[in-house]
Amino acid sequence: MSDTAPQKTADGQAPAEEQAPSDGHGASIELENLTKKYPGSPQPAVDNVSMEIKAGETVIFVGPSGCGKSTTLKMINRLIEPSGGRIRIGGEDVTDIDPVKLRRKVGYAIQSAGLFPHMTVAQNIALVPKMIGWSRARIASRVEELLDLVGLDPGEFHGRYPRQLSGGQQQRVGVARALAADPPVLLMDEPFGAVDPITRDHLQDELIRLQHELHKTIVFVTHDFDEAIKLGDRIAVLRERSHIAQFDTPEAILTNPADDFVSGFVGAGAALKRLNLTRVRDVGITDYPTVTVDTPLQEIFLLLRSSGTNEILLLDRRRRPYKWLRRGDLMRARGSLARAGTLVHDTVTRDATLRDALEAVLTDNAGRVAVTGRRGEYEGVVDMETLMNSVHELLEADRLDAMEHRHDLEEIRAAQTHAEQEGGAGGQKA
Amino acid sequence: MNFWEYLSSRHEQLLADAWQHASAVFQCMVLATLIGVLIGVVTYRSNWAGNLATTATSTILTIPSLAMIGLLVPIVGLGVPPTVIALTLYGLLPIVRNSIVGLRGVDPTLVDAARGIGMSGAARLLRVELPLAWPPILTGIRVSTQMLMGIAAIAAYASGPGLGNEIFRGLASLGSANALNQVLAGTLGIIILALLFDAGYVLIGRLTIPRGIRV
Repeated sequence: MSDTAPQKTADGQAPAEEQAPSDGHGASIELENLTKKYPGSPQPAVDNVSMEIKAGETVIFVGPSGCGKSTTLKMINRLIEPSGGRIRIGGEDVTDIDPVKLRRKVGYAIQSAGLFPHMTVAQNIALVPKMIGWSRARIASRVEELLDLVGLDPGEFHGRYPRQLSGGQQQRVGVARALAADPPVLLMDEPFGAVDPITRDHLQDELIRLQHELHKTIVFVTHDFDEAIKLGDRIAVLRERSHIAQFDTPEAILTNPADDFVSGFVGAGAALKRLNLTRVRDVGITDYPTVTVDTPLQEIFLLLRSSGTNEILLLDRRRRPYKWLRRGDLMRARGSLARAGTLVHDTVTRDATLRDALEAVLTDNAGRVAVTGRRGEYEGVVDMETLMNSVHELLEADRLDAMEHRHDLEEIRAAQTHAEQEGGAGGQKA
Repeated sequence: MNFWEYLSSRHEQLLADAWQHASAVFQCMVLATLIGVLIGVVTYRSNWAGNLATTATSTILTIPSLAMIGLLVPIVGLGVPPTVIALTLYGLLPIVRNSIVGLRGVDPTLVDAARGIGMSGAARLLRVELPLAWPPILTGIRVSTQMLMGIAAIAAYASGPGLGNEIFRGLASLGSANALNQVLAGTLGIIILALLFDAGYVLIGRLTIPRGIRV
């Protein structure tokens, strides 16, 4: 076992859902001494990898190019046949079963989506359900459901061809196709590698949201450490030949990298990266006095006068943040809501990271940003003060964890050396 | 007798010849397409086999058509058999070559994706690779048809069917009153048939190439 993950910190992170394999949730994956040797090359491409991935967990393989992370991933659905070792999914040994059957139970999403250009969006998504013999009606409703799930309007996108979609939209359809038959496991091979940074950010947020609803077991390959931190419940940092340098939670890797290779990969700015690990939903959002565009002016005046803050948030008819209104604004605009106040530029969702929120707060001249729900409706407000407080708490907690962790390691090491000194051959302890 | 008078006096014979010509080309094309695509499917994955198939079929094409039919007559006799065999063999090259090029040209990430979502080898071929390779294959079929239109005329040499009979009859009686008219009628007939077939292929392309990959 090259797994250096200390059991302690992994326990601290409550496993998402324990009643796993039923009702479409994830299944565990176990890799045991997985090896891939290519004929003609002396070194194996993947050397003796063992790893346990819990049901419903998102695990990221991250490492430099050519380290074998993609090969390891492709061995899980046996696109690449392992030369040695076992693979178990949900406890079942799948190393020798029919690979075609295996792959229908394992979702697969790849870079630049890999949509079939001669099929419509709906046909692409329907492929796997069709192969496993779902009824026409069931497939049709599933396609609609999935398009909605990945945030594409079914009516609009159903009949389009892939070339009529943007890169980000194609990638969404790719994810929908991978999820079509509700597989417990989803393998993603650098899926967001070919889209622009802004779209990538959106897609990552979407994936996080999806995973909150679905609780699949996701194995995700990337070479981008920031992406790994953002998405992963646990991260496996791989070095050449897929040796596991560290397999742990993002927090633990950031605050306590196992060795120089890992800290080199983490890179500078660990404190800032830490902000990527916490989401707006985890910090307190404050409620704000709001009115809608339909509220009578009289009431708005009253509210402005009575509320503690000197500002209220104006929502549009679909309850989306529309304008910030200050006390003087209405006077100056002579009572016209259309002219008064400043437009809301930026909002964040509950799934946004603290880093995104900080960015938004910093660029806003009054130091606050509205938090919105899935369809853009108002949910609350985050301001500088809340952010500062939560960041301080987070860093403090991390420091304590790391200290405890180091203490534990030292104790184990001390016990080991002690045992070795005591009873010569009895030094073998896991 | 001028050309128009000739046409109107012989139109029944000419139409029958044209019909036979078209039908012979069409049937040989169906055969050549089936065999050609099959050869392409079997050989495209291997560099070696694919090149062998292309070379073999292009070698056939270098045999002069008159010689080919002449060589076939002692083996299979006169009439329809040597015509069908010769035309089918000549039709193979563009189809085999374009099938191989088309199938090899399918984006490997798409094949990977198809494998990854659990498509069997046959499903991959029928639902992903062949549909994506279809536009070049159709182009091959089109080129092949044009070529066969001309070669089919030679079939008359072995008492085969078609407009070639008209041409050969004219050539055999050069100097007589209708010789030029006969040759002209045969040749023009072949050209018109070729254009009609080509229009047919444009229509087939419209109907069979999926909208998502149409240029």
